Amino acid sequence: MNGKNISWFGRVSLGLGFAFLYVPILILIVYSFNASKLVTVLAGFSTQWYSVLFNDDAVISSFGLSLKIALLSSTMSVVLGTIAGLVLARFGPFRGKGLFAGMISAPMVMPEVIVGLSMLLLFVELQQWFGFPAERGVLTIWVGHVTLCMAYVTVVIRSRLVEMDRSIEEAAMDLGVRPLKIFFLITLPIIAPAIASSFLLAFTLSIDDLVITAFLSGPGSTTLPQLIFSRVRLGLNPEINALATITVLVVATLVVGANRVMVKAEQRRTRLAVAT
Amino acid sequence: MVESSVHPAAGTAASKPYLQIVDVVKKFGDNTVVNHINLSISKNDIFALLGSSGCGKSTLLRMLAGMETPTSGRIILDGEDITHLAPYERPINMMFQSYALFPHMTVAQNIALGLKQDGLPRKEIDERVERMLDLVQMKKYAHRKPFQLSGGQQQRVALARSLAKRPKLLLLDEPLGALDKKLRQQTQLELVNLIDQVGVTCIMVTHDQEEAMTMACRIGIMSEGQLLQIASPGELYERPNCRFTAEFIGETNMFGGHVVEDEPDYVRVQTTELPRPVRVGHGITGTLGMPVWLSVRPERVGVSRQQPTAGGNWANGTVHDIAYLGGFSIFHVRLDTGKVVKASVPATRWREEAAPTWNEPVFVSWADTDAVVLTQ
Amino acid sequence: MMSRLLSLRDSREAASRGARRPTWWQLLMPSGRSLVTAIPYGWLLLFFLVPFLFVLQISFSEVEIASPPYRALLTRAEDVLNIALNIGNYSYIFGDPLYFDAYLSSLYMALVTTLICLVIGYPIAYTIARAPEAKRNTLLMLVMLPFWTSFLVRVYAWMGILDNEGLLNKACIALGLIDTPMPLMHTQLSVQIVMVYAYLPFMILPLFSNLVKLDGRLLEAAADLGCRPWETFLKVTLPLSKNGVIAGSMLVFIPAVGEFVIPELVGTPESLMIGKVLWMEFFDNNNWPMAASVTIVMLALLILPIIYQHKREEKALARAAQR
Repeated sequence: MNGKNISWFGRVSLGLGFAFLYVPILILIVYSFNASKLVTVLAGFSTQWYSVLFNDDAVISSFGLSLKIALLSSTMSVVLGTIAGLVLARFGPFRGKGLFAGMISAPMVMPEVIVGLSMLLLFVELQQWFGFPAERGVLTIWVGHVTLCMAYVTVVIRSRLVEMDRSIEEAAMDLGVRPLKIFFLITLPIIAPAIASSFLLAFTLSIDDLVITAFLSGPGSTTLPQLIFSRVRLGLNPEINALATITVLVVATLVVGANRVMVKAEQRRTRLAVAT
Repeated sequence: MVESSVHPAAGTAASKPYLQIVDVVKKFGDNTVVNHINLSISKNDIFALLGSSGCGKSTLLRMLAGMETPTSGRIILDGEDITHLAPYERPINMMFQSYALFPHMTVAQNIALGLKQDGLPRKEIDERVERMLDLVQMKKYAHRKPFQLSGGQQQRVALARSLAKRPKLLLLDEPLGALDKKLRQQTQLELVNLIDQVGVTCIMVTHDQEEAMTMACRIGIMSEGQLLQIASPGELYERPNCRFTAEFIGETNMFGGHVVEDEPDYVRVQTTELPRPVRVGHGITGTLGMPVWLSVRPERVGVSRQQPTAGGNWANGTVHDIAYLGGFSIFHVRLDTGKVVKASVPATRWREEAAPTWNEPVFVSWADTDAVVLTQ
Repeated sequence: MMSRLLSLRDSREAASRGARRPTWWQLLMPSGRSLVTAIPYGWLLLFFLVPFLFVLQISFSEVEIASPPYRALLTRAEDVLNIALNIGNYSYIFGDPLYFDAYLSSLYMALVTTLICLVIGYPIAYTIARAPEAKRNTLLMLVMLPFWTSFLVRVYAWMGILDNEGLLNKACIALGLIDTPMPLMHTQLSVQIVMVYAYLPFMILPLFSNLVKLDGRLLEAAADLGCRPWETFLKVTLPLSKNGVIAGSMLVFIPAVGEFVIPELVGTPESLMIGKVLWMEFFDNNNWPMAASVTIVMLALLILPIIYQHKREEKALARAAQR
């Protein structure tokens, strides 16, 4: 239905667009293999910054912490977000639904400094009243990340549920399956791909978060983005180029892989849709 | 399992009602979608609810399935009041319009799901699934996933799944609506045969009159939440009880007028759209002078160059338009009163003489018994 | 951060039949449903809504050398409840040009970022949406790929280019365009470039998901009726993509107002953006009440666009559900 070929105008805009998007990243990668300590001078090929990186204990330990927080918060946010998506897509109207939907979508656009500061003040007050949480650290960061990530998970799950043919759940009920069981037997397997992609989404959000983390972390808990930020503030640093290169390659592999899987799933679904 | 391969004679409803819908009302807010429906269906009947979209037929079906609760009224199946039973507690199964096959399960798993809920032993489940697959000739595809099947195959799996639990009542929601036309016609009779073979009472909902007339032994016409007429397909077509039914089922010529002569075995209706009063060969329950509608099916209208000799039901006009459809043609004849009358004339009519052409003066006519008087 | 786009795309493409049909969950017992609802609801109330009450409260308190560094609003002395409401922070914000300028320049930077993203993003989104279906997915993935990588990495990538000794200056000198390096880094311009780079996908994705639904036959019909391509664009495409333009602009503008990382890393020390002011009040000056007041004013500025955007999303979702 749409044009078979891309017009010259389209080619030019895509070309310029992709150049804008990719040139900075390519330069970043090139300089990670630079022998010079100066990130602005090219001086031969070297992998020394990678060995510096792998021997940097601060990087290794902060990466470990980030990974731990990302796994914990994406797991929790998928649980909460799936429930919230179900509530919004399937429970029909109830009192306070508007506020609920608002609280779900607000964290996605709200500047992170606002979210970070307000959550910090909550924890400070809680500590004064109840003596808990005693100090800021993994727990408080986790709460912050879950709150942010569950919003995204909810949106993904909710829209998947809204587009899903409801008669499939009704058919299960018609065949004698009870409501709670329908969720685990029918709904959950069908939305499993959406759950998986929202988990990945939550994971990347969490492992990449700097601002909310900065407000909610304590002295002993420095995540990888915090470490990078503190180094980068001091200026260019080839070790960070090496780290960035690894990040880019890992993410690219994952995204391309996930995209292939999704395209295949999509093809299956459209084939089904055509057949019915 | 096979109980009967013969329908109860259409319209007789001799056996005691198996399903009773008693004064059922469904409101969504201020909107009354189903308005005081009463309906009785006998065992092994195939009943079709026919109406255009939004007439309330689907809501009625969903109330039978338990997906909606009636605002008031009762539903009784085989002597048991099921009005407030949850869908998963009813001995009723439904074939959904989209088929609603579970995409993550194989054909066999789809069919077995309902049986598993009843806690049947594994062996019996396997046997019954096998038998169902046999019945719909899908044995080869038992281990396929739904997306690997064609539309027709999916429909058969959906049917097998809804029959597997041996429901007391089978509900079909636009059963063949998702298939293309050619396949649909072929599948209609196949489906009826299967339902007969199993011997299950069946209610279907459709907006396709051809589907309803081919498959059902009784049809209920629904409009704006009300059941207007319940009758066999033939009766609906030949003896509609109201203007809506007459216009909804097939094509018709409709004239508005009033009764000028009211005898037990005939009536005469005066209409401004025809030159002289029309004689109709059946009595009505009504009064002299009451406004009525007159319905004459196009295939009952004759077209001729000569003035008809017998009877007074004729009018003269000119051919306004001709739609040539091969086996027959539709003549649109404009009468002197301005009314356009459609006449469906078989090609064999024009063996002796050439068919009239555009703007040719002709006469249209019909017999006493060909017109129906509609009082509402 | 980037990933919000993917979710948005999904929400726009969502569709279903039968809007008012009750669902199987509605047939669950009411108590079970409220229990299920209470879990995420309670979480959000406690960790998202209630915190703002504390922000509001602390914004009216005075800074104190203590831990935490502010004076409680309510104090009890000799059985008398004292309320010390301090509006000093707010009068300071509205009185001191530093804050006023910071708000103004944040709004200005966010607005310019939005406009540039729109101008750059629209042709890209349009081209991808009109591309053959087989290529569409790959093109979209290529656009999104850089943004799945770390936000910090992307900002950092520009630091090497924009540096006064950096690549851009070197290239320009090598080409003989300039003699001495231009001051690029730590300018308004550098902040602007990096903000556009960082926020571009928030514009492209909603635009794409809107444009991809545009019926190609409408364009053919317009051409058939004698419209030149640019006329077709102005009279058909642009008006029909209004929702995508608004959604994309909102998604860029709202978070851009409070951006902190970019002005911190590539911005000028003098001209401040409000996100950075908030950060400095909090982390450097340890003036929590002031940071809270800055937050409240920023929230007051953004709450209407946030609600507007939310209502539009909900409406779009409701439309999708009715289809």
